[in-house]
Amino acid sequence: MSKVIEVENLTRAYGAFKAVDNISFYVDRGEIFGFLGANGAGKTTAIKMLTGILEPTSGKGVVASFNIKTQRNKLKYKIGYMSQHFSLYEDLTLKENIKFYGGIYGLKKTEIIDRTNDMIKSLGLENIKDTLISEIPLGWKQKIAFSVAILHKPEVVFLDEPTSGVDPITRRQFWDLIYQAAESGITIFVTTHYMDEAEYCDRISMMVQGKIAAIGTLNELLTEFDAKNMDEVFLKLAR
Amino acid sequence: MIEIKNISKSYNTTKALVDITLNIEKGKLFGLIGPDGAGKSTLFRILTTLLIPDKGKATLMGFDTVKDYKEIRKIVGYMPGKFSLYMDLSVQENLEFFAKVFNTTIAANYNMIKEIYVMLEPFKDRRASDLSGGMKQKLALCCALIHKPKILLLDEPTFGVDPVSRKEFWDNLKKLQKTENLTTLVSTPYMDEASMCDDIALIQSGQLLTVDTPINICKNFPHALYELKTNDNYKSLVLLRELKEINSAFMFGNSIHLTLNNNDIVIIKDVLKKNNFEFSVKIIEANIEDSFMELMTKEQ
Repeated sequence: MSKVIEVENLTRAYGAFKAVDNISFYVDRGEIFGFLGANGAGKTTAIKMLTGILEPTSGKGVVASFNIKTQRNKLKYKIGYMSQHFSLYEDLTLKENIKFYGGIYGLKKTEIIDRTNDMIKSLGLENIKDTLISEIPLGWKQKIAFSVAILHKPEVVFLDEPTSGVDPITRRQFWDLIYQAAESGITIFVTTHYMDEAEYCDRISMMVQGKIAAIGTLNELLTEFDAKNMDEVFLKLAR
Repeated sequence: MIEIKNISKSYNTTKALVDITLNIEKGKLFGLIGPDGAGKSTLFRILTTLLIPDKGKATLMGFDTVKDYKEIRKIVGYMPGKFSLYMDLSVQENLEFFAKVFNTTIAANYNMIKEIYVMLEPFKDRRASDLSGGMKQKLALCCALIHKPKILLLDEPTFGVDPVSRKEFWDNLKKLQKTENLTTLVSTPYMDEASMCDDIALIQSGQLLTVDTPINICKNFPHALYELKTNDNYKSLVLLRELKEINSAFMFGNSIHLTLNNNDIVIIKDVLKKNNFEFSVKIIEANIEDSFMELMTKEQ
């Protein structure tokens, strides 16, 4: 299996404080990788470096075969990003949002039209395609935001707490989309505070105070920490 | 202590709350559980006198939220959903500000916040903007408590907070309930927090799905519930969904929760065997999330 993300001794310091402290790990192509940690453990800083938004203080990383330090602009075309805060433009319609993001990611006009139609069909959005995003329920918005984040068929998509506050059925429908994307070969890099969602991942890493304190499959972590579920693993590590 | 009678509220054509009736007794820790957009914050704004309902009425300790708003503001401690402190004031300055607004001092009511504030004290000169998520939340709780309220209204205090800080927060609420006999209404989208409450209401699309103790809600789950673990949960889930014998099939962490239409698990086992899945299956008790999804589906 080829590696889509490979990071070695990655560090980001703010003065004497190391938000991310010498982390090394990899993510395989098509993998669903759960990136966990308490608030303030350094997850967001790490994601900013992996997506080319923030320059590392030291260490190196390759994402989608581009160097995260020297090829940041090229990298951005090969990745997708979605968070609970940053997703769609509320005062544009669904179709306008798709067109806008397609344009940003450099898709051709015909590609944008084709993929818009595909998306509307597969998510069953025919009735709301010309509705303003602000008038669409939250659960739908998150599903649409995810589909828009992978519109340009990125190699890896970063999802930062994508399901916070969403109802339990929609949350699971959202994970269906994640599985489908992973099956189509897109690598998923996801953070969440729902520990049941962590258990859906192929592998899970856990950050504590800037370092990766544990990494492995669910079963490996349960054995290593003598725990019944991820919730227990989290409590044991983060306390 | 809190009486809510037939309250409805709409924003233009959106029905935020539809005919809500709810009683919360003195000293209870009451959870309002539901996703974003369910109407939780609207209810909090009505109870805190910030919003007037279209229909119905609510009273807190007998005071009407519309007529007696001045009285209510004195007896209620409120932590809104969005972080509400002054980012450019320090921890201590924020607390002093809230104390002064209510004509009191930190010293006068220090006992009330002591347990929580000791964790903040090392950072008392730090600006609120530089606190971690869990710390901000502790400070916000202290600010809501500093005037010694009788009723605590907390709107999604644990939203976006990691599991460890969430657990600490609930431990603090439990302690306050015991030592101060506070009546607390707290909302959350995290179903696993339901078990920390005495009573809960499940809310979805502006309507209450049910009101009861967490244990009773789980007991009232109307189906036999099976927990299935297979060597490939996602693929087996996709397969099972197509079967007419399946009433519901949802992923739950590293297992699948199933309910059946005719309650004949043998058919399901045969299908899994035929498709070469390795699996184990057993009957389990429903949790709040199972119950919520069941009630949600029924409502639709």
